[in-house]
Amino acid sequence: MMTKLRSYGPATLLLWVLVLIYLFPVAWFILSSFKPGSELFSLPLSILPENWTFSGYITAWNRFNFAQYFFNTGLVAVVTTVLTVFVSAMTGYALAKYKAKWLSVFFICILATTMLPTEVIMPSTFVVIRDLGLYNQLAGIIVPSVITATGIFMFRQYFKTVPDELLEAARIDGVGEIRAFFSIMLPLAKPIAVTLAIFSFQWRWNDYIWPLLVLNDPNRYTLQLALRSIVGADNIDWSVLLSASVISLIPMVVLFFVFQKQIMNADMNSGLKD
Amino acid sequence: MAATTQDPEVATATPRRRRQASIRRGQTIAPLIFIAAAVVLFALFFLWPGALGLWYSFTDYRGVGDPEFIGVENYAALFQDATFYSVLGRTAFYTLLSVPLHFVISLGIAVLVTTRSAIGKVPARVVFFMPWLISPIVNGVIWRWLFGENFGFVNYVLSVVGVDAVPWQTDANLSLAVVLFASSWGGTAFNMLLFMAALKNIPRSYLEAAEIDGATGWQRFRHITLPLLAPTSFLVVLLTTIGSMKEFAMIQALNGGGPGTENMLMVQYIYRTGFERSEIGYASAASMVLMVILIVVAVIQMRFDKGSDQS
Repeated sequence: MMTKLRSYGPATLLLWVLVLIYLFPVAWFILSSFKPGSELFSLPLSILPENWTFSGYITAWNRFNFAQYFFNTGLVAVVTTVLTVFVSAMTGYALAKYKAKWLSVFFICILATTMLPTEVIMPSTFVVIRDLGLYNQLAGIIVPSVITATGIFMFRQYFKTVPDELLEAARIDGVGEIRAFFSIMLPLAKPIAVTLAIFSFQWRWNDYIWPLLVLNDPNRYTLQLALRSIVGADNIDWSVLLSASVISLIPMVVLFFVFQKQIMNADMNSGLKD
Repeated sequence: MAATTQDPEVATATPRRRRQASIRRGQTIAPLIFIAAAVVLFALFFLWPGALGLWYSFTDYRGVGDPEFIGVENYAALFQDATFYSVLGRTAFYTLLSVPLHFVISLGIAVLVTTRSAIGKVPARVVFFMPWLISPIVNGVIWRWLFGENFGFVNYVLSVVGVDAVPWQTDANLSLAVVLFASSWGGTAFNMLLFMAALKNIPRSYLEAAEIDGATGWQRFRHITLPLLAPTSFLVVLLTTIGSMKEFAMIQALNGGGPGTENMLMVQYIYRTGFERSEIGYASAASMVLMVILIVVAVIQMRFDKGSDQS
């Protein structure tokens, strides 16, 4: 018993102290959202709400057009994710299975996009969006975020591990290049597609920078923009802000529990690191 | 065509050759089709804004009318702008603190959740991973709520034990510390995943052999695990550096770069100049400077990575 304690003790203790540190900010935030407005600031603060209430949630839901924000965010996240998986799969496949000088050049271009994120060139990106007629359109968030270096690298890395013989056999059988991809290669890459879809959905759901650049009309706001407008007010209504923030997390929590296994075992190294 | 039917040798050779030619042609055209969408998107949303930004940085463009070429005036003004220097300095300072912090925390936690000698690793992983689900904006909200100067839980606990309220929002360095906590908390999950995957790939036999030879836990970590993690470590450092230099959304919700503009970082500065003051030309010049810095940082780190591979 003593030796067991000695060998398991320190690591377990450290682990659980860290768990509590990581858990506390979000626990405090969620528990506070169930407090009535009057209790939020009344001393002494108590960790658990004395009177549990949904009043913050009800006010938040009624005061803001949350259904619309959910719809906008969901639409953007789903459509972008589907497009991202397809474009990444095709591009990654081309980079893995064909050899040409311009393919290597394009690979370097894609690599460069990780070093030069959109945040850096915001002003000119805005002008491009405006000139393309995408300003204030949900399409203006969807189209530019379809291309992701991470997704392309993930597929490229995966298709490199698929033996070339498979493709050659298909060619000898007279299967065309495009059909070989869609009917043989793409089905093989299903696990990668699922992983990328999960990550892409999270990126899009939580994205702030593209909606900020593109959207102006509050009816087209995504959740993140709506939250930012609450937190950016001169007098923050904390009761509403906390509840609204918790509401925005629900789909991500559901996503996590459905795909927990895929997420926790995702080897993103292969995608990002060559 | 007539010749092929007469000569049996040619008859068999030509279709095959023709077929090979068509396969080869397919192999040139197919990748073009596959990457077409990505090329168009890359050109529209990276190349075009990049080139346009470079052009605007030499103009007085303000979003309306025609941009007028003014040479290096924007850059000259930028290099005399005290705000720009303080923003640049603050961004560098923040990055220098944040990268080692992210690295140590996420590696440490990845080791703890994969080690044999800890109990309850599976629920612990879920907790450490949770911040990944949370958007930068909500992350900012959570830490703002926790570290509120007059209402936050942290200052309340301090007041209970008799410590005066700590100025988490009105002191520049303490505000930056809160930003660091929030970004490390939010960034742990992804880096931890990277390290966990890499740790899984380290052959157990190496560590067991070292253990038999009497190496302590720290020695095994220092001389076996850490060197084998080098590629992942490089990746984490590179991604965290870029991420820290473009930190924006989370700070917007946490303290807006406050107090005042003391913790304004580069992207916020570009956003302010470009959008709130609509000096697109001037903001583009700042963008180009940040872009050059990022390229230099990335190139240096890649050199460093190559160097460590060879040794």
